[in-house]
Amino acid sequence: MEQILQQYQSVASTKVMTWFHVGKINDFPENGGACIKYKAKQIAVYNFTRKSKWYACQNVCPHKMEMVLSRGMIGDLSGTPKVACPLHKKTFSLENGENLNGDDYKIATYPVKIENENVYIGFTD
Amino acid sequence: MKKVIVIGNGMVGYKFCEKLVNKANSTDFSIEVFGEEPRPAYDRVHLSEYFGDKSANELLLAPSKWYLENNIKLHTSSLISSIDPSKKEIKTYKNESFTYDYLVIVTGSSPFIPPIKGVEKKGVFVYRTLEDLDAMKSYASKLKSEGKIEAAVLGGGLLGLEAANAAKELGMNTHVIEFAPRLMPRQLDLPASNLLKQKVEAMNIQVHLEKATSEILGENGIESMAFNDNSSLKVDMLIISAGIRPRDELARNSGIKIGERGGIWVNNKMQTSEKDIYAIGEVALYNDGIYGLVAPGYDMANVAVEQITGGDLTMAPSIDMSTQLKLIGTEVASFGDPFIENDEVAVISFENKHKGIYKRINVTKDGKKLLGGILVGDASDYNTLFQLYINAMKLPENPEDLILGARGGEASSVGSVMDFPDSAQICSCESVSKGAICGMIQDETCCSVSDVVKNTKATTGCGGCKPMVVDLVNESLKALGKEVKETLCEHFSYNRQELYDLIKINKITTFNEALNLFGKGNGCETCKPALASLFASIYMETANRQITIQDSNDRFLANIQRNGTYSIVPRVPGGEITPEKLMVLGSVAKKYDLYTKITGGQRIDLFGAELHELPLIWKELIDAGFESGHAYGKSLRTVKSCVGSTWCRYGMHESVSFAIEIENRYRGLRSPHKLKGGVSGCIRECAEARGKDFGLIAVEGGWNLYVCGNGGATPKHAILLAEQLDDETCIKYLDRFLMFYIRTAAPLTRTAPWLEKLDGGIEYLKKVVIEDCLGIAEELEKEMQGLVNQYECEWKQAIEDPEMMKRFKHFVNSNDTDNNIEYVPLREQKMPKAWR
Ligand code: SRM
Ligand SMILES: Cc1cc2nc3c(=O)[nH]c(=O)nc-3n(C[C@H](O)[C@H](O)[C@H](O)COP(=O)(O)OP(=O)(O)OC[C@H]3O[C@@H](n4cnc5c(N)ncnc54)[C@H](O)[C@@H]3O)c2cc1C
Ligand code: SF4
Ligand code: FES
Repeated sequence: MEQILQQYQSVASTKVMTWFHVGKINDFPENGGACIKYKAKQIAVYNFTRKSKWYACQNVCPHKMEMVLSRGMIGDLSGTPKVACPLHKKTFSLENGENLNGDDYKIATYPVKIENENVYIGFTD
Repeated sequence: MKKVIVIGNGMVGYKFCEKLVNKANSTDFSIEVFGEEPRPAYDRVHLSEYFGDKSANELLLAPSKWYLENNIKLHTSSLISSIDPSKKEIKTYKNESFTYDYLVIVTGSSPFIPPIKGVEKKGVFVYRTLEDLDAMKSYASKLKSEGKIEAAVLGGGLLGLEAANAAKELGMNTHVIEFAPRLMPRQLDLPASNLLKQKVEAMNIQVHLEKATSEILGENGIESMAFNDNSSLKVDMLIISAGIRPRDELARNSGIKIGERGGIWVNNKMQTSEKDIYAIGEVALYNDGIYGLVAPGYDMANVAVEQITGGDLTMAPSIDMSTQLKLIGTEVASFGDPFIENDEVAVISFENKHKGIYKRINVTKDGKKLLGGILVGDASDYNTLFQLYINAMKLPENPEDLILGARGGEASSVGSVMDFPDSAQICSCESVSKGAICGMIQDETCCSVSDVVKNTKATTGCGGCKPMVVDLVNESLKALGKEVKETLCEHFSYNRQELYDLIKINKITTFNEALNLFGKGNGCETCKPALASLFASIYMETANRQITIQDSNDRFLANIQRNGTYSIVPRVPGGEITPEKLMVLGSVAKKYDLYTKITGGQRIDLFGAELHELPLIWKELIDAGFESGHAYGKSLRTVKSCVGSTWCRYGMHESVSFAIEIENRYRGLRSPHKLKGGVSGCIRECAEARGKDFGLIAVEGGWNLYVCGNGGATPKHAILLAEQLDDETCIKYLDRFLMFYIRTAAPLTRTAPWLEKLDGGIEYLKKVVIEDCLGIAEELEKEMQGLVNQYECEWKQAIEDPEMMKRFKHFVNSNDTDNNIEYVPLREQKMPKAWR
């Protein structure tokens, strides 16, 4: 369990070593998410059209360790963009990965770059 | 700066820290906490939920970072082994020493283990910590794999019954063994205990009273228990719940005064016999008593904090021990002195054996004051009675009204919560008074229930006061002339019915448009599916059009399972299926290795399909003539049938044919919550029609139509709406009823709670549906017919459109599948590997 989680550490946009191409913008549904694979990692990528922003985070929900967050609904809580896990509706900030229900969970977030309709996620490895 | 050391990080130890850091002069103190358990303090009261949906993390009273943020040094897994009051020093088990200015001992209690021969055997457990539960869980699963399923709980008190329920939930065949002639002997009298025994036994937990255990037998682990009456019981696992003993060993060895029967002696300032040493919680012996409940512990924490920070608050002389049994599927409560019987007291009791209700109140002879009481089977009046008792309030003229309740449909004789004095303690766990709650609304510190909860922590303990807090907030808001508005969420300040009208009148067709026009922000997991349901009910739009506002099950047209795979439930109208179609289900399940089960809704569920397999499987099913069963949607599920007059010798009408007709009529209909129907061929009611949102029962001369029933968590029998209807009228009334419900119900409200809130109740519903008092009957029928005509199978839609199919790929950038999914064998099939 720890092992799965340890693979995922938030990446600051200043620390990116690799910008990995994951698809075209229309591969991702508007105001929703989809999952991509980078090496052994599963990353959820969200096309937050309403805010004209993109977000990325680990696909694994830290509550029960299932690869499901990309399938969750997105939205906001007092302005903070968030995703709700489809299994038990725990919600996480897409900005800093914090759990918004006051639980002691956190998810890793990754920077997203859009260039000419192409979507890239930033990694340090 | 003064140094406060706290020994014990349980519920009360945590509360002490919380109260101390919230004091204005908290910066004058530094806090260091030592706890023996590996985790920070967690909610022991809700411990049993660990067997349900709650993880250890969710049970924490505060995450580790809370201690950091509040400058509290927390040492977990640190047992304190000695105290030296003369040096003001403590030592850990590793022999490290720490000095204090103030010491607070909050070491709680441990389960009492009676000295029975053989108690040390394997398979004997206690029920107090998360580790105890982990150990029980793994032992039970090992037992079950060996085919052993007998569990017993020693002790039929509050905790014993809770433990028994937990053992049952672990899949064990469970017995409760009690020495006394009554269950919950400290709270219940004989009639109450008899009734509770019946209820517990109805839940398949065997109760053995007046049984003294003489020995625990077994080779390696426990195998059986022998009793003094020479009887015995086969037992593979035993949970002891025979009372608690204060953990006073530390204080005892350090020369601090201990009571004769244990517990650290304290005065009403929570001071022990030694200077600057306090004891609180379950370890403290106050007024000759040990109090095994959180509320008195929290009060003690408050007193200790006040004393240490220079206040002069003291503990009340008498401690209230009122309690409610939770979790066990039946309501039980006792308050004040439940047993008191003497010349000064009038005992009023009421028993309804048929409904399984017993209520008793003890009232002063002059009928003015409530002294205590017991409620079994229906504890809905507990909060009110408890308030009357604890605030020594004047009773109504006929005190028996208190338990006989609202007779002849009038309002409750007790009056509203607003009649309580300001000092009435509403939340006893967090000591929040009525005045505090109403005051915060009046001075506008708070303007909603959630504000009040945030500010006062009321309802966050046992949660029993929640209904009263809601009432108080709403009533106070109303009194200020503020509208109490049910709103959807922070993004829409309208209720569902208003949004229904707004969308319809303005012909809004997308969520974004609705949000731009009537809402704010960017939506959330509450308003998105609620609006998706409205678009579906107004335009018969399938879940394929606006996929990202659908609840996640609807988005993928399947129910997500615990391991992230999905289930597949094709529609089998009325439960009738040909052998050919059954064989198709069998061969598809085999081909994709799906776990197969008959559901409670008369159809077949195939479990364990991965996201990318869903369209492949559905293509095969649709080719064979199946369609979506909408098992994932808040929509029509099934119309259950019994075989009826075609085969059954008692059948009055063709119930299967009619069930199929109705199921096909309303298939795909999206509604505020799921909808279920049933059609029975005679009053023997084999289709359980009265347990459904709508049900038909064949009688001489037609169908009787019942509405607003359900099974589930709060079962309700459906109520008769109309009698002896022909098929056509029946469908007409159903159209009107369903459409009226769809238009007016709040989100996620099933028909029964909807009817409960409907002003005028069933009589009003009859007027709307049968007499058409609103003049909308024709419109409702037309609307329904429109929806029926537009029905389309959404799975067929999805597999025929490559753009819609995109969403069923696990990865956007790879054809790999999720390698995180693991199965273990289960009988001849498989199941997901347990959660980590
Ligand atoms: C599969 C099935 C159990 C089974 O193996 O038999 C089932 C499974 C689920 N039920 Fe059920 N219920 C099933 C029949 C029932 C019945 C029996 C019936 O329909 O006659 C009931 C009681 C009757 C009733 O609803 O009034 C029932 C009362 C519930 C409830 C409680 C509803 C309530 O009003 O209290 C829930 C929770 C909810 O809907 O909020 C629920 C929720 C669920 C969910 C959706 C829980 C979830 O969110 O994952 C389960 C998902 C099933 C899946 O993934 O496919 N299920 N559920 C049954 C599917 C029937 C079908 O063919 O569609
Ligand atoms: C299953 C269950 C259900 C319950 N339900 C209810 C209910 O519905 N309502 C209700 O009011 N109450 C209920 N209770 C009782 C309630 O949990 C207790 O009253 C409450 O936890 C007491 O708090 P405490 O801090 O005094 O003791 P605890 O919570 O037991 O905390 C004491 C802590 O001190 C630690 N400790 C002991 N000795 C040392 C040492 N030498 N050094 C370091 N640490 C030490 C212990 O490991 C423990 O973590 C329930 C209890 C259980 C077990
Ligand atoms: S199938 Fe229904 S009753 Fe069974 S565990 Fe799931 S929700 Fe509960
Ligand atoms: S698995 Fe994500 S909330 Fe439970």
